[in-house]
Amino acid sequence: MNAPQRKPSTDVQKDASMAKQKAMIDGNFDRLGNVKNSGEKVSYTFVPGNLNELIMCFDMVGNYPEINAIQNGLRKKSGGMIMEAEKWGHSEDVCTYVKADVGMMRKGNVGPTGQPIPEPDILMLSYTGCYTFLKWFELLRHDYKCETAMLHVPYTGDGEITQSMIQYVVKQLKEEVIPKYEKVSGVKFDIDLLRENLAHSAKAEDDFVWVLESAKNKPSPIDAYFGGIYYIGPIFTAFRGTDLAVDYYKTLRAEIEERIRKGQGPITPEGEMKNEKYRIVTEGPPNYTSMREFWKMFYDEGAVVVASTYTKVGGTYDFGFRHDPSRPLESLAEYCMHCYTNRNLPERTRMLESYINDYEADGLLINSIKSCNSFAAGELMMMREVEKRTGKPAAFVETDLVDPRYFSAANVKNRLESYFQMIDQKRRAGV
Amino acid sequence: MATRVDIIDHCQALYDDMNFTAAREWKDAKEGRHVIGFMPMYVPREIIHAAGMMPLGILGGGDQLEVIQGDAYYQSYICRIPRSTIELLLTDRLDFVDGMLFPSICDVIRNLSGMWKLLRPDVYSHYFDVPQNYMKEVGGEFYMHELNVLRHDLEKIGGVTVTDEDLRNSIAVYNENRRLTRELYKFRSDKPWLAPSSEVYLINRAGMLIPVEDHNQLIIDYIEAVSAEDRPKRDNSRVVISGSFCEQPPLNLIKSIEMSGCYVVDDDYMLVNRWFTKPVPTDGDPIQALSYTFLEASVKMPSCFEPDEDIKGLFLVDTVKENNAEGVIFAATSFCDPALLERPILQDVLNDADIPHISFKYAENTGQMQPIREQAGTFADSIKLWS
Repeated sequence: MNAPQRKPSTDVQKDASMAKQKAMIDGNFDRLGNVKNSGEKVSYTFVPGNLNELIMCFDMVGNYPEINAIQNGLRKKSGGMIMEAEKWGHSEDVCTYVKADVGMMRKGNVGPTGQPIPEPDILMLSYTGCYTFLKWFELLRHDYKCETAMLHVPYTGDGEITQSMIQYVVKQLKEEVIPKYEKVSGVKFDIDLLRENLAHSAKAEDDFVWVLESAKNKPSPIDAYFGGIYYIGPIFTAFRGTDLAVDYYKTLRAEIEERIRKGQGPITPEGEMKNEKYRIVTEGPPNYTSMREFWKMFYDEGAVVVASTYTKVGGTYDFGFRHDPSRPLESLAEYCMHCYTNRNLPERTRMLESYINDYEADGLLINSIKSCNSFAAGELMMMREVEKRTGKPAAFVETDLVDPRYFSAANVKNRLESYFQMIDQKRRAGV
Repeated sequence: MATRVDIIDHCQALYDDMNFTAAREWKDAKEGRHVIGFMPMYVPREIIHAAGMMPLGILGGGDQLEVIQGDAYYQSYICRIPRSTIELLLTDRLDFVDGMLFPSICDVIRNLSGMWKLLRPDVYSHYFDVPQNYMKEVGGEFYMHELNVLRHDLEKIGGVTVTDEDLRNSIAVYNENRRLTRELYKFRSDKPWLAPSSEVYLINRAGMLIPVEDHNQLIIDYIEAVSAEDRPKRDNSRVVISGSFCEQPPLNLIKSIEMSGCYVVDDDYMLVNRWFTKPVPTDGDPIQALSYTFLEASVKMPSCFEPDEDIKGLFLVDTVKENNAEGVIFAATSFCDPALLERPILQDVLNDADIPHISFKYAENTGQMQPIREQAGTFADSIKLWS
């Protein structure tokens, strides 16, 4: 059963779209590193509930602390940053994204690409589906003493978005967010420009959803978790609402259409995955500090992730939401509330159940993240429910986002191998 | 007149009772009565009361409840209160509760609201959101809507109509409860040797478990009883406890801090009983009164956004000054996001004000008190020797 042990190849194979995505993300780091020369103002914000289309109306460059932490994690730099933050009194118990960010700041604010991360002119605290966001930007504000715009996005505790919730967010955009951005940027808000940006978003979102749903094919042409992380990059960050994002998703879609035509599986760092043995749905973020090692544990066994909740953390577009230029502010409000972790547990459970059924998956794997309570609290309950409703086996592994101390390769591998054996047994039993 | 010992024995029995017998008896005493549970930090108990119902504080399982089933629902890196709450639910200790409110304190309690929905779909449960925007026409309007949703939900459960007059009457009762609670805190701060923290804690904890009218009388009786007593005054250091607003420390921990040489002159246990720093108006629109008072006169605590960086954390300096305290003990639950993420800012603010502080973590079932006694004792000594 066990695949022969192979070391990850040093020659990483990438699609053209992956190279394009990398160039886009690097381009934003270049832009951030160059603000001293360009004079551009800087806005920090979060991935879930980000208001990129709106921020673009004020000619500001966006910095995403979560993305910095991820990029630092992928480059094995986050561990030292986390320990730096802990040295300054941050508890070992709390979110490692926060600590990687604070540690990076304490170490001189040099970003993952080696370029300086400029100080914020404004912190856009979009409080969407994660309590830690609120404290995170209070911590940054405490150090930077800069303008902070707070957007409280109500949690959909009863599983629905009400008119009162939408109006509350819209009023905050009008009374709190837009005035502060106008003040900091010196640019007057232009709602027509916002509509234009939103129209770009909707186009990209159509292609993005098509890409995600391409995993319903057999074999799946994509890995919707490890590969999905590349796919969400532009639309979850500084590029949603731009021509660049529209173009990226068009390219990506064409690439995947070609793979479907040829009956190909997903591209992994070691080339095309040829033999799809297991179709898995995942819940929770990945581990970034050992991502290639983690991914390899899947593709070595012929396991492909056909749907993941992590790729919905910046919006659940596959359940129908699109940005709507005809209702610009209301649409932004609805977008924020649709983000995955802003949905209640029964809704999240229903999503997982539908992924198992719609993508004809063999089971559910939860990667529970030590420092992300927003995702993790309740996942064991969701696991039981999904198993009960679908009859498919589920498994549970524990790692962390960007703290290398919480990735135990042997333990994770052992559990995954047992899980794949369990799927085999269920198949033999005809389940 | 009830003696102090009688009062504390009664409160201790309430505290120890994991079957909530007092609340069950209240419910059974009259046909049609309902009990609505709530988790820490704040819910508008006035609305529950106005619907003829009893609000019941569910503050975890403490150090007496053996958590078996609850542990199967949570990873090791999540605090204990949700797992003991699940245990209370699955062992039918909460089978008499007609509804549960989960305030917006953190992601764990927020997600617990969904777990309740999955485990007990037949029992009303509601994530109770409070505004993080403090403009009347923005957060105030939203919150009035949330308050009215709760009002209508409770009307449905109880088959009653909650009138504005009912609400004003209930607001008056809870204004009195908050006034008395603050009076008790003031008494302890003035004469901590007469009102030890462990006793004050039990009095307040009883307020989570019995009707508010009974609790008001209980506070009056306790202050009267301890005022008449003469208890030895010790050379303790005066400290403020910060970070214990959700999962509660075991009573032995509270006692241990005092035994180690500290007089606790302020704390943030069970903030719901003194959430407003001024009375809620009892004239005009009661829903608007509750909403605007929340915006303008809520206590400062980590689950609420502070829009003004210039005053961030200063509430702690203020309470130290108002209570002539000499230091702060940060006592937070392990894995408590609000308390632990906020702590570095508060520590900075205290450092700027030259106020000494220490920190440790606990769980509601912490059993080993010696390390805490040593740490708190050393802190108390250091204050006496060097501050």
